[in-house]
Amino acid sequence: MPVPCAYHVHMRKNARHNRLKEEAIRLLLFSSSITVVILLAGIFLLLLMKALPAFREISAGEFFLTGVWDPTGYERSHYGILAMIKSTVMVTAGAMAIAVPLGVGTAAFLNEIAGPRLREVLKPVIEILAGVPSVVVGFLGIVLFGPMIAKLFGIHSGLNAMNGSLLLAIMSLPTIISISEDALNAVPVSFSEASFALGANRWQTLVRVKMPAAVSGVIAACMLGMGRAIGETMTVLMATGCAIAMPVSFLDPVRTITSAIAIELGEVAFNSTHYYALFAVGLVLFCMTFAVNMVSDVILHKYQSLQR
Amino acid sequence: MKKSILSQRLGFSLLTACTAAVVGFLAIILWDIVTKGAGSVTWKFLTDAPRDGMTQGGIMPAIVGTFFATTITTVLALPLGCCVAIYLNEYAKDTAITRLIRVTIRNLAGVPSIVYGLFGVVLFVQGLRLGTSILSAGLTLGLLTLPWTITASEEALKTVPASYREGAFALGATKWQAIYTNVLPYAFGGILTGAILGIARAAGETAPILFTGAAFYLPFLPRSVFDQFMALPYHLYILSTQHHQIEKVRPLAYGTALVLLGLVLGMNLIAVIIRYKIRKNTKAV
Amino acid sequence: MDSQDKISVRNLNFYYGQVRRVTNVTIDIKANQVIGIIGPSGCGKSTFLRTLNRMNDLILGARVEGMVLLDGEDIYDPEVDVVDVRRRVGMVFQKSNPFPKSIYENVAYGLRIGGVREKDFIAERVEKSLRDAALWEEVKDRLDDNAMRLSGGQQQRLCIARALAIEPEVLLMDEPASALDPTATLKVEELIQELKKKYTIIIVTHNMQQAARISDFTAFFMLGELVEFDETKQMFTKPQKKITEEYITGRFG
Repeated sequence: MPVPCAYHVHMRKNARHNRLKEEAIRLLLFSSSITVVILLAGIFLLLLMKALPAFREISAGEFFLTGVWDPTGYERSHYGILAMIKSTVMVTAGAMAIAVPLGVGTAAFLNEIAGPRLREVLKPVIEILAGVPSVVVGFLGIVLFGPMIAKLFGIHSGLNAMNGSLLLAIMSLPTIISISEDALNAVPVSFSEASFALGANRWQTLVRVKMPAAVSGVIAACMLGMGRAIGETMTVLMATGCAIAMPVSFLDPVRTITSAIAIELGEVAFNSTHYYALFAVGLVLFCMTFAVNMVSDVILHKYQSLQR
Repeated sequence: MKKSILSQRLGFSLLTACTAAVVGFLAIILWDIVTKGAGSVTWKFLTDAPRDGMTQGGIMPAIVGTFFATTITTVLALPLGCCVAIYLNEYAKDTAITRLIRVTIRNLAGVPSIVYGLFGVVLFVQGLRLGTSILSAGLTLGLLTLPWTITASEEALKTVPASYREGAFALGATKWQAIYTNVLPYAFGGILTGAILGIARAAGETAPILFTGAAFYLPFLPRSVFDQFMALPYHLYILSTQHHQIEKVRPLAYGTALVLLGLVLGMNLIAVIIRYKIRKNTKAV
Repeated sequence: MDSQDKISVRNLNFYYGQVRRVTNVTIDIKANQVIGIIGPSGCGKSTFLRTLNRMNDLILGARVEGMVLLDGEDIYDPEVDVVDVRRRVGMVFQKSNPFPKSIYENVAYGLRIGGVREKDFIAERVEKSLRDAALWEEVKDRLDDNAMRLSGGQQQRLCIARALAIEPEVLLMDEPASALDPTATLKVEELIQELKKKYTIIIVTHNMQQAARISDFTAFFMLGELVEFDETKQMFTKPQKKITEEYITGRFG
């Protein structure tokens, strides 16, 4: 056995100290990872904690099943969220009607038609679009798209559900495009090759082979885009007119869940019924986006494990 | 045969049109803001405080406020995000807890920003009694950007070849030594890129700071982290919807929008350039 | 087991998930010898090599049974520090993996993480290791250059120097010349002959001529089992088993 040199001895002396240090670091990293879980649970629990007192004075039936939201009513307060829900659903549905075809179409363009050089240019363009702050998009809704819509339909103001849909479509496009493109890129080349070998052209291959193979990923992409649209605040706050009434058409001004919170929370007294009611509204919003995200996550995951 | 060629041509033009529309949206946004905002952005506009009921003057306090708030955001989100990313990429085994952490991160990324705002009110403003302040707002934004920071940092760690770790272990490095000396230095650029993107996002967010610290108008610069502050995005919101002379301040709003857009996209651009350089370097190796 | 044995492997099994990759290997390796490990691809020879310095610990779902005695001490004993094992049993990988640091820092790496701070000691050891790895003359004027700029053969010798710097007792080499051109391969082989004066060397190779040229003993693996282990001369002239002969004469593999 060779005589251990000085530094070998030194090493062994350090061994125990090292092991302790390693464990401490590992524990630190692990606990910071756990804070992430605590954060999500904390968001839910704090919302719940602040939402529950609202139901001491508001019946759940009124809250979920009626459409009049008038916390400062002259005779009595009304806390029905149906009008907000309908507003959110309308604006989101409108946004998806625009963003899904455009987004999936663009993803298909990037995957099938664009050459490497064009893709190098387009991908940053989409990233830049994703980077535009929502308040700037909302501002453009006021100064640019609103007047355009007003002129087009001959109405007094363009701050309505349609404007909101258009803006939310712009905001959710980057998500839809990038995740759909990933899904299309993940389709094995062998699928397309088999289709080409059977005499199909590129369009037929795209529509009949690639798209069906990537469909779950594309659906997940659209759902994530939808989640983003549901939760988006500033654009709808600024560009949809924010009327509290139950909307009927896309040319009506609307007040979505997010904009209701944004407008009213700044004006209410801490720990009043109205304040608690707004947290209840926030909890509803949280649950909606959580459900959408969870479902898309499950779809995306299932689909990834199938790819493997 | 002919029909299929026709359908392909039609289909491909449709896809091209979709892409053109998407690019068109961005072009419209940039064109409108730049052309109408450029006239307002002068040196005086950038360095002066708002005057005469915000109908004159500049946006200096808003720039400073946004800078302070995003600094706090970075101080919270970057170290925490890195720790989580290191744990997930270097330590975590495929257990139920790991999967839970990953699902949670993906979900946090989808929580609406206004909900972070509500959470910030309850936790920081009321719970920890930080009041409506730069600190509350910065921390709220920090939580918001956390999932992005984690994802970006983990991507960066993944680009470091496994052989660097193996080589270090074979020389008797402990796990942490291998990570600290032979992984983190090479993931640094990528982590930086992610951090910049996170900061850019935080700088542009409005909803989380509505109730946690942003002020309508302050004649002075914040003196401590417990002061309220003016922020660029919030200032734009105020100027475009809450001001009593909305038409009169429109040029100021455009100017603010241009500065905000320039700031956010500028940071994005820096991140893209860093990433491009890293890619070029790794290819050369 | 002989007291001269540097490494004694006893009934070693290695599992990856449900699959057994190394089956019941028992082998004694004497100090200051070169042991060549040969066998068809996928026979578990690299996996076996990596059990000797516990590099397989890093693989999720891996499990080891049996003992690996280093100077009579089981390296899989829970009391043993894996870091210590890896310092005593160095490793050179199939694909040279210099760190993207300077040549000097690559060689100094093991010392620095071992907590050595004395600059003179490090400088001295770096030079000695580079000399031992027959690289000194080629790089002495550009120690601050990035190691990535070296040629493939130089990179591999740098990796050997890096392993030597912490003075291991055993050196494991996993097909160290497989990615090199013939000239560079020759240099590495000469180097191995030189190194065995100080170290025990276990080398996995895909190339039978190489095993015949450089090793004192040869082990033949197949399907995770040690088929035959003998003096190289014996093995390549009069193998005990038919299957060994068939492999050596190139009838399969």
